[in-house]
Amino acid sequence: MVKFTDDKLAKAKEIIARYPMGKHKSALLPLLHLAQENFGGWLSVEAMDYVAEILNIEAIEVYEVATFYSMYNLKPVGKFIFEVCQTGPCMLNGSDNIIDYIKQKLNIGVGETTADGLFTLKTVECLGACGYAPIMQFGKNYREHLTKERVDQLIEECRNNAATNN
Amino acid sequence: MSEAQTLFKVTIDNITVEVPAGTSILNAARKIGGEVTPPAMCYYSKLQGSGGKCRTCLVEVAAGSTADPRPMPKLVASCRTNVMDGMIVKSITSEKVLDARKGVVEFLLINHPLDCPICDQAGECHLQDLSYEHGAESTRYEFQRRTFPKHDIGPYIQLHMTRCILCYRCVYVADQLTNKREHGILDRGDHSEIATYIHKALDNDFIGNVIDVCPVGALTDRTFRFKNRVWFLKPVEAHRDCGKCCGRVTLWYRGDEVFRVTARKDEWGEVEDTPDGKPGWICNVCRFEKKETKDWVIEGVRHVNRHSVISAGHYNTLEVPKETIQDVMHGRNPKLLMDIHEVSDVNKPEIHLSEIPGPAHSDNFDNNKPA
Amino acid sequence: MGIKLLLDKAHVEGIRFYDAYRREGGYRSVEKALKMSPNDIVEEVKKSGLRGRGGAGFPTGMKWSFLAKPEGVPRYLVCNADESEPGTFKDRYLMEFLPHLLIEGLIVSSFALGSNRTYIYIRGEYAWIVDILEHAIAEAKANGFLGTNILGSGFDCEIYVHRGAGAYICGEETALLESLEGKRGNPRIKPPFPAIKGLWDSPTVVNNVETLMAIVPIMNMGAEEYAKIGVGKSTGTKLISACGNINKAGVYEIDMTISVEEFIYSDEYCGGIPNGKKLKACIPGGSSVPILPANLLLKTAKGETRYMNYESLADGGFATGSMMGSGGFIVLDEDQCVVRHTYTLARFYRHESCGQCSPCREGTGWMEKILLSLEKGKGKMSDIDLLWDIQRKIEGNTICPLGDAAAWPVAAAIRHFRDEFEWHVLNPEESQTRNFGLAHYADPIHVPTV
Repeated sequence: MVKFTDDKLAKAKEIIARYPMGKHKSALLPLLHLAQENFGGWLSVEAMDYVAEILNIEAIEVYEVATFYSMYNLKPVGKFIFEVCQTGPCMLNGSDNIIDYIKQKLNIGVGETTADGLFTLKTVECLGACGYAPIMQFGKNYREHLTKERVDQLIEECRNNAATNN
Repeated sequence: MSEAQTLFKVTIDNITVEVPAGTSILNAARKIGGEVTPPAMCYYSKLQGSGGKCRTCLVEVAAGSTADPRPMPKLVASCRTNVMDGMIVKSITSEKVLDARKGVVEFLLINHPLDCPICDQAGECHLQDLSYEHGAESTRYEFQRRTFPKHDIGPYIQLHMTRCILCYRCVYVADQLTNKREHGILDRGDHSEIATYIHKALDNDFIGNVIDVCPVGALTDRTFRFKNRVWFLKPVEAHRDCGKCCGRVTLWYRGDEVFRVTARKDEWGEVEDTPDGKPGWICNVCRFEKKETKDWVIEGVRHVNRHSVISAGHYNTLEVPKETIQDVMHGRNPKLLMDIHEVSDVNKPEIHLSEIPGPAHSDNFDNNKPA
Repeated sequence: MGIKLLLDKAHVEGIRFYDAYRREGGYRSVEKALKMSPNDIVEEVKKSGLRGRGGAGFPTGMKWSFLAKPEGVPRYLVCNADESEPGTFKDRYLMEFLPHLLIEGLIVSSFALGSNRTYIYIRGEYAWIVDILEHAIAEAKANGFLGTNILGSGFDCEIYVHRGAGAYICGEETALLESLEGKRGNPRIKPPFPAIKGLWDSPTVVNNVETLMAIVPIMNMGAEEYAKIGVGKSTGTKLISACGNINKAGVYEIDMTISVEEFIYSDEYCGGIPNGKKLKACIPGGSSVPILPANLLLKTAKGETRYMNYESLADGGFATGSMMGSGGFIVLDEDQCVVRHTYTLARFYRHESCGQCSPCREGTGWMEKILLSLEKGKGKMSDIDLLWDIQRKIEGNTICPLGDAAAWPVAAAIRHFRDEFEWHVLNPEESQTRNFGLAHYADPIHVPTV
């Protein structure tokens, strides 16, 4: 059974209160973010049904929304997700090479997760940081001006992080 | 009406009509009827909020109104644009409209499987009519057509997502006729699909109406699946005392066998109003479970537009048409060379016709060959 | 140095926080505005000539004056911070470094429009900026600029940040409102426009981040002074986010009187093209506006200097001009392949189409497929004409402007770089190993005939 901890539930209530009475469905996107953060980085059917229950809306309304927006993961993902931008301005600055390098380095394809469950590689469309290309989204932040060396460093950083936190 | 209603004059393809304020261009054109009426694949007058999406009903507004006679800069969706007094609209008299419409038909067809030979909707399919009336004779699309994984939505309704044109009508039906919507539009862009996400059967009392509103063969009656071609059937009006719905239906006979039950549809393919002015939606019991003549009070043969392929049957009686094949073959029964059920997805549900490169061949459906 | 109205304090230590911001004269415009009548503020904005900075360039004051004001119905102001147009990253910079400027602009605008609940709809990927904005809102509230009875004026206002979740289409104002209502980001069919029926069916104004920030200098200096900056109908300053093959990618504030050439080559701005390469082409206003070859970019078809403003960039219409758009300035050097670049944009628009209306849903995918086969050397000559025809059938026939946004880049690429497409068809193998290069795109004016 998925369930928010008390403090997360309080956070959910605070979010719902941002919208006028009766307009609580507006809290759907923020609550899905909250659910994704708290239930393993992805949205299971159980997690979505739970959000539907909190907001008192039909489950299908949640599925419709969760499948529309590209930031919601509907399948389990690795502990660290590399979301590399590949649109025009990043392409001009060599994003294709960065994507190829990550594929080769981690031995996975786009949309796949490494066997150890640490890394998922995703390609995304424009992240709105074209001046700092090539870039990727990494957790809550961006990693900018990517080079092979920076990718190596980042992978190393993740591995160390995983090793110390286990 | 006791109060004097404001009437607006609108001219569509040089024909002027008067309609009440608040009427859409499309409904004004329907009042004129015939060829000037723009085709509509997603708009459904009985479903609130429908329309605007398919873009087949685009028209040119050459003059906005008497007060402001400026033309509108872009073609507008006639189903969602209201008439103004003195508005001048061009539908088939506008090159721009004809060109845009042809484009929309092409867009709707590039990913459509064109599996009409095995589609139950054939003969009453709005996409067939649309392509015939407004489309080009061939396609310029040379890539693999889009396919979707199959979803089972229960014993009554068959969902063929590859045929769907995303008109959203079935979503409005579930929203407006049932108390709990269980299917919807999932995903985005060219991967959008009608589905339930978690596989489940749609079993609401009124959900069968999605079959009647579906303009293509995406949602069909599973109890009628592969049973017959619609143009071999004779439509007969009938009613029964139903506690749930109006009970006014069309029975589709071949011989004395009722093959399917549908709501009664008007000339625009929409469910007709009952005498009390409400749309004549029917319930699942009437549609799926009352397939005996004795269940119904027969009113008489339903008139079908003579342009419809369904009128090709010309039935006068309820007798089974005589099969002549046995005479021709000196009393022997014909040997089936290829049963349509074999090549359809009855036995090979994993094969999508649209996934086969080039024309389909019997090898593709060989039951002895591993898929 | 040009005039800076928004970025003048961007480098002040601690400007992201209330104390430094206030010390530098922040929130003066709120104090001034709350003593005025809301209608007078709308009039000021009208007089300033400010045009929407999100891309369409619609006069802001006029948009405000369309807002319906029925009795007893709440009105809403929504800030569009769903910046997603490839090449555009100015709002991110503004919000990240000057969050209080946005809050200040929002308070004044909310007062002018009568919005007691104002929302900032920010794209989901800008997750860390949500924290920055929420911190700024809390600071503003703690100092009496938000909440009930602000500065004793009787005006109540709360600002909330609403985070999207990855959908370019939500930058379209009605899709944004749908998303804010917790639905799929499907644009609405207009009319009714948001000014009549917007958020939760109430009258609503949706404005871009930069537009709302520009309200602050307009209030502080007065509309007349503001309108003196710039040229013609391009008043005030505009932020340009420059990227691609330039030495100094970044966000620049310009007063719309400088030439395109100066903007690209001057050290104050882009600083020229790296490695001594030559300029091949540029998309001056975000990926959806027409790409221009170097010659038509620097000079108009009439041979006049082209300037960085709404009118000059649009000079010549789509045949020989482009648009100011959102100010996303993408530069391509001589080594770049226009076919490949156009393909990535087509892929972007296919990915971002909501799928609601058929020309966009089906057409964007079709264009992407043809462009990929051309790029891979598998295209045919007839594909180029087919592409042209497809984009033509999408443009203007969709529910929202995403159809146009997807069609224009393809149209412009064929219009100006047709020989590069043809070269890909005629030299399928060679096109996989090298680029077409500069060709004649930098030659003196060559007016295309398409």
